[in-house]
Amino acid sequence: MALFYDDDQSMLADSASQFMAEEGSIKKQLRHWRDRDCKDGFGHELWKQFGEMGFTGILVSEEDGGLGMGNVEAGIVLEEIGRNLTPSPFLTSSILAATALGQGNNDLRGRYLPGLISGEHVFAVAIDEGAKHRPERIKTKAEKSGNGFKLNGQKDFVIHGVSADMMIVAARTSGSDDDNDGITLFAVPKDVSGLSQDAVRLVDSSMATHAKFDNVELDGDAVIGEVDGGREVLNKMLNAGRVGAAAESVGVSAGSMDMTVDYLKQRKQFGKLIGEFQALQHRAAHLYSEVEIARAAVIKAQQLLDAGAESAELMVSVAKAKAGTTSNLSVREGVQMHGGIGMTDEYDIGLYMKRDRALAEFLGDANYHTERVAQLSGY
Amino acid sequence: MSDIEQFRQETRDWLEANCPPEMRQPVRDEGDVYWGGRRAKFKNDAQKSWFEACADKGYTVPAWPKEYGGAGLDGPQSKVLRQEMGRIGARPPLSSFGIWMLGPALLKFGTEEQKVHYLNEIAQGKIRWCQGYSEPGSGSDLVSMQTFGEDKGDHWVVNGQKIWTSYADEADWIFCLVRTDKTNKYQGITFMLFDMESKGVSTKPILLISGNSPFCETFFDDVEVPKEQHVGEINRGWDVAKYLLGHEREMISGAGGGDRTSAIGATMLRHAGELDPMLRADLAKFDVEALAYGAMGEKFLDEMKAGKGHPAQPNMMKYVGTELNKRRHELMMAAGGSRSLEWDSEETGGGKPSRGWLRTKANSIEGGTSEVMLNVVAKRILDLPGA
Ligand SMILES: Cc1cc2nc3c(=O)[nH]c(=O)nc-3n(C[C@H](O)[C@H](O)[C@H](O)COP(=O)(O)OP(=O)(O)OC[C@H]3O[C@@H](n4cnc5c(N)ncnc54)[C@H](O)[C@@H]3O)c2cc1C
Repeated sequence: MALFYDDDQSMLADSASQFMAEEGSIKKQLRHWRDRDCKDGFGHELWKQFGEMGFTGILVSEEDGGLGMGNVEAGIVLEEIGRNLTPSPFLTSSILAATALGQGNNDLRGRYLPGLISGEHVFAVAIDEGAKHRPERIKTKAEKSGNGFKLNGQKDFVIHGVSADMMIVAARTSGSDDDNDGITLFAVPKDVSGLSQDAVRLVDSSMATHAKFDNVELDGDAVIGEVDGGREVLNKMLNAGRVGAAAESVGVSAGSMDMTVDYLKQRKQFGKLIGEFQALQHRAAHLYSEVEIARAAVIKAQQLLDAGAESAELMVSVAKAKAGTTSNLSVREGVQMHGGIGMTDEYDIGLYMKRDRALAEFLGDANYHTERVAQLSGY
Repeated sequence: MSDIEQFRQETRDWLEANCPPEMRQPVRDEGDVYWGGRRAKFKNDAQKSWFEACADKGYTVPAWPKEYGGAGLDGPQSKVLRQEMGRIGARPPLSSFGIWMLGPALLKFGTEEQKVHYLNEIAQGKIRWCQGYSEPGSGSDLVSMQTFGEDKGDHWVVNGQKIWTSYADEADWIFCLVRTDKTNKYQGITFMLFDMESKGVSTKPILLISGNSPFCETFFDDVEVPKEQHVGEINRGWDVAKYLLGHEREMISGAGGGDRTSAIGATMLRHAGELDPMLRADLAKFDVEALAYGAMGEKFLDEMKAGKGHPAQPNMMKYVGTELNKRRHELMMAAGGSRSLEWDSEETGGGKPSRGWLRTKANSIEGGTSEVMLNVVAKRILDLPGA
């Protein structure tokens, strides 16, 4: 398989790019909702438009009413989301939740997928416990109780937690905190009693929660996949989510770089365009190289994942780490090369810096994934 | 089975039958590389039979048309061959500046007669070529070169000096930039081909910091070059020169290694016994970069073959690939500790770690420096002003 978009994928890229630039622009979405202190951090209307475009069901099988496409196609949409800083529940709903639900039974899929596909419903995932992503250790407990389970524990960094109609929770049903086995995934509906959420606004204006589960009672049919066998579903979900976040990071890098390179061609100092200074040219050219490579790593990981290749997991971590360091470089260089104006709220470059920071943490930062590369490579 | 999968199966079978086990071992030193040429000697029978099988099948230059000694493979087929050779660790059967540099330039700018003649010679490993570009006063600013060819009707008389000419003392022929019009900087250079045994050509080896001397000063003292031995138009050799540099940069970038890229951390662990945590972290960071660059190499080649991708992209590839290779050797030296300092001990195969490490420092200089690569990316890809 060639490592570039085929004709269908290029068409999708064109329509996603046009849609996001028009409907998902910084002005229309990010700034609009931020300046109104929106409790969701995104617009539901736009989410429904995602549904009309078919984006919402991009990873959902055709039998379930989706487009039945793969991670490459999902990544195309995510890169445009990144480039336009478009706030939406796409990553948590259409990538993470959709991947997990795809492993669920008929009943679960029938219950949740139609609302996802139409853009009526929003989904969140509750994995992290503590301030760093560390899904190897899961303490939140679900104990058998009658026909169902009783859930107790706390989750952090639950993006869109307050807006979600359903939240996928990774909990321990057996074994000790660090065991690989004994994990079960649950689909937890929003209004269950015993669930309390402390909503927090993040640096990039998105909304997350600290979620507490205090004897939350769940039916047996809330289980996604097998009881105690949730690690496999969780890993599938994480792979798709990580490479998706990496694709969004590439979009952030590219958006920030394009803005910066444009600025180098406009701003004059010392009677010259600042883009004539070789010190800046070399940094811009270096940044370009990094963005190209990050994008290649992401596409390679997506292709391997779609092909079900064994090496996919390694490449997903390479992609998340590389895309993370690259978009970090892009936003730092972006602000610096804009000078004073780069520090103003009025100017968009700072918004890229904020989004990069949040994406970097989501599903494991560059250090986490670099460590994984070492482990998966056997050292 | 699709055509391409059929081709994969055939390729596997062919490699199984024709690539001797010795030729599936990593290249250990210069002696393991077969360069061809009039004076070439095979190191052993395995090297000989592998080379001959490939030359027969057109696999020394698989993507070149059959009439020029290649196998006429298209983009996807070339990729499959690369992957399958990578899978078994097959060595390149023939290495040469003819394959990497002159060949692509001839395919684009050569006359039919030149293509049939020179390309077949290259594919069959008959002639070893060297590159006469740089001069003492003209490195990065190559177009300022002075070596002059005086027009004598049916031939030129060439005088001047080249420098850093890799393997000039072992090469049979040279492709050489010669000024033929002193009044026009860019449109006054002719791209000439001539025999290194021509009267008036002499070479003087230069010792590198690695202790080897693979390059030379090359002197031309009234060398007669027949008029038909130029590529492209007279005085328009700069176009040929630049086009060739694109291929040279692609080669130095190591882009083809994509599918074979694997994490070095594990190898280092085997060599060093244990890794201290800081070194392990450095290795892991490097492996992220190298694996990502491997994907880039694959994407770059796919795009080139399909005619997509920016024409100046080889400059980006060369910049990143060579900087990474230098970093790889820094890490290997660090992992090897004092053992890797040994300059000629048997255990180090005659100082391979340290000599190899020093050699890589040239990667970001030869074929255009990293700084020049960044200049080109800034100007041609990012379209920055006045660059
Ligand atoms: C191992 C090796 C093999 C080689 N083989 C060959 C060969 O076979 N044939 C051949 O013709 N040549 C060969 N070369 C020569 C090589 O192409 C030149 O060394 C190279 O182009 C740089 O030129 P220079 O050495 O004159 O350095 P200079 O051009 O003098 O550069 C010195 C420093 O100045 C920097 N610099 C120069 N101009 C700029 C600028 N505009 N902006 C920013 N920085 C700048 C450079 O990046 C470098 O850091 C070889 C070199 C090496 C090291």
